[in-house]
Amino acid sequence: MPTVLEVRNLRKCYRNLVAVDDISFCIPEGICFGLLGPNGAGKTTTIEMIEGITQPTSGEILYRGKPRDASFSLQAGIQFQATSVMEHLKTREILRLFHSLYQKTMPLAELVKLCDLESLLEQTATRLSGGQKQRLMFALSLVNDPEFIFLDEPTTGLDPQSRRNLWKLIERVKAQGKNVLMTTHYMDEAEILCDHLIIIDHGRIIAEGSPAALLREYFGYYYVCLDAPDFDRLDYDPAEPVSRKNGRIEIQSRSVNDTLQQLLQRGALLNSLSVRQPTLEDLFLKLTGHTLRE
Amino acid sequence: MNNRLPDFIRVTSALFMARSKEFYRDRGTLIWAFIFPVCIIAAIGFAFSSDEQGIFRTGVVNPAGDLSQAAKYLAAPWVKRIEYPDRGQALDRMRYHQLDLLLDGSEPGVYWINDLSVQSRTAEKLLLADTGGTMERRTVSGRRVRYVDWVIPGVLGMNIMFGSLFGIGYIIVRYRKNGVLKRLQVTPVTRLQFVTAQVLSRLVIMLASAAAVYIGCDLFLDFVMLGSYLDLFLITTLGSFSMIALALIVACRTASEELANGLLNLLTFPMMLLSEVWFSMDEAPPWLTVLSDCLPLTHMVQGARAIMIEGAGLGAISRHVWILGFMSIVFLVVAATLFRWNER
Repeated sequence: MPTVLEVRNLRKCYRNLVAVDDISFCIPEGICFGLLGPNGAGKTTTIEMIEGITQPTSGEILYRGKPRDASFSLQAGIQFQATSVMEHLKTREILRLFHSLYQKTMPLAELVKLCDLESLLEQTATRLSGGQKQRLMFALSLVNDPEFIFLDEPTTGLDPQSRRNLWKLIERVKAQGKNVLMTTHYMDEAEILCDHLIIIDHGRIIAEGSPAALLREYFGYYYVCLDAPDFDRLDYDPAEPVSRKNGRIEIQSRSVNDTLQQLLQRGALLNSLSVRQPTLEDLFLKLTGHTLRE
Repeated sequence: MNNRLPDFIRVTSALFMARSKEFYRDRGTLIWAFIFPVCIIAAIGFAFSSDEQGIFRTGVVNPAGDLSQAAKYLAAPWVKRIEYPDRGQALDRMRYHQLDLLLDGSEPGVYWINDLSVQSRTAEKLLLADTGGTMERRTVSGRRVRYVDWVIPGVLGMNIMFGSLFGIGYIIVRYRKNGVLKRLQVTPVTRLQFVTAQVLSRLVIMLASAAAVYIGCDLFLDFVMLGSYLDLFLITTLGSFSMIALALIVACRTASEELANGLLNLLTFPMMLLSEVWFSMDEAPPWLTVLSDCLPLTHMVQGARAIMIEGAGLGAISRHVWILGFMSIVFLVVAATLFRWNER
């Protein structure tokens, strides 16, 4: 797949703080590329440097092999982490306003349908719920029918249902073959939406690949889990590493069959037993020693 | 290249309409923009509507001199005696109908009245009845210009000042604080388009508000307007524009409403006191007059006042027009140079 966007040795310093520390990556055409990392990792600084909002201290950003020019903003659709719109305008008026700022646009009716905004058109911006407002902001990022869409923490602060609604909209846009670059600190969001990921911590890339490939690369085991009191009463000292988290025991099992047999032989209760695959959260913990939310 | 002008107009008018709709929908601000000046005018109207007929304000200069001929008149209960240090000042008051009759102790046997004032002529009759018609009459002329006539251009100007400075300043700072500017920054909107739309929207709002207040005041107070409405419109537009441009400087970078509030108060407070809104600066020390001359409101109020109560044309107030034009350009260039979409 040809590269649509390339970042080379990107660096951003604020006085004594290095927010982004020499990162490089390539985004192939037509995929959803994710920047995953905890708050303060440098995700927003990175995405805003690519959007052109923040000036890099050093490094290069190439769009279709060339430095970005004035036409880049016409081809880019941007949703910020926290922005607002004119408070006393209705959804319809806000869409029309942004529609009139561009020459090449997506037809409003199509945009409204794509973002499920039909029922909100006469609603004033201040009366929209968090999820509704994010849907409107998502629609604004699509108003110029962009080739490249930037989503900075699109679902942060939303309730589970609103998050799933927004994921559905992002999936629709992905299905249209558009390029998406998103940041998130939710590993479930990254796993569901992103085709390719870079994991960032303290301004540096610590891992890169598709979610499945990353998990394959770093984990050759499953987690066999059971309640800690249940485990403690068994006379069992497994050879695999065992960790204790939130009242549960997690055994890193390379052979789930063997581990389960051992446990059952020792009288472990089946109703507290579960087996799960490692997640990106586990990967992050393994790579950094702390969780995404710490 | 050929599409630049239509593009500019399309984008600017879209932003203009959006901002104007926002203002119209924000009922609190809308009501305040019209109610505040009406309250002030109503208060002034009330303060100056007290019916003083039957009381004759008689000025006395040099009270130590000989006032014996008029002693009986001065002692009458319907005469209110007001002493002045010099005759010129007292005659000015008389010219503006603030004094009905004047006596000077250094010139016994002479009195002054304003021959265009009914009150003045009545006071004269009372004086002559008491003195037997032996005193010499001198007259000054001057159309009746009440304080309320003098203060109307000031109050209109003050309303425009507050509306222009706070209206633009707060909105842009709020837009920057809640991210509206950041959102617009990544659209093809240029700084010039954004600023032009904000300025034009506020200008139209301020002129509409000023016109409504003007008409309202005229109904209540029937004030003096001797000049051309077109000239008044022009000086008001220019004055309003210069103060909107001044507000843009305040709002060009900050995202803190508290800081903007402080800066706007720093600008409006001196203008309230030094721009001849409420009182003349004629007798102020020269350094204070120089300071007053640096304020755009001074030139708008002085220009409007000359048009309204002296019937001056644009030629007569050209100094104010040029200064306001110059200030507008300087403020606008500074604001456009310093303007940032975001804080960084």
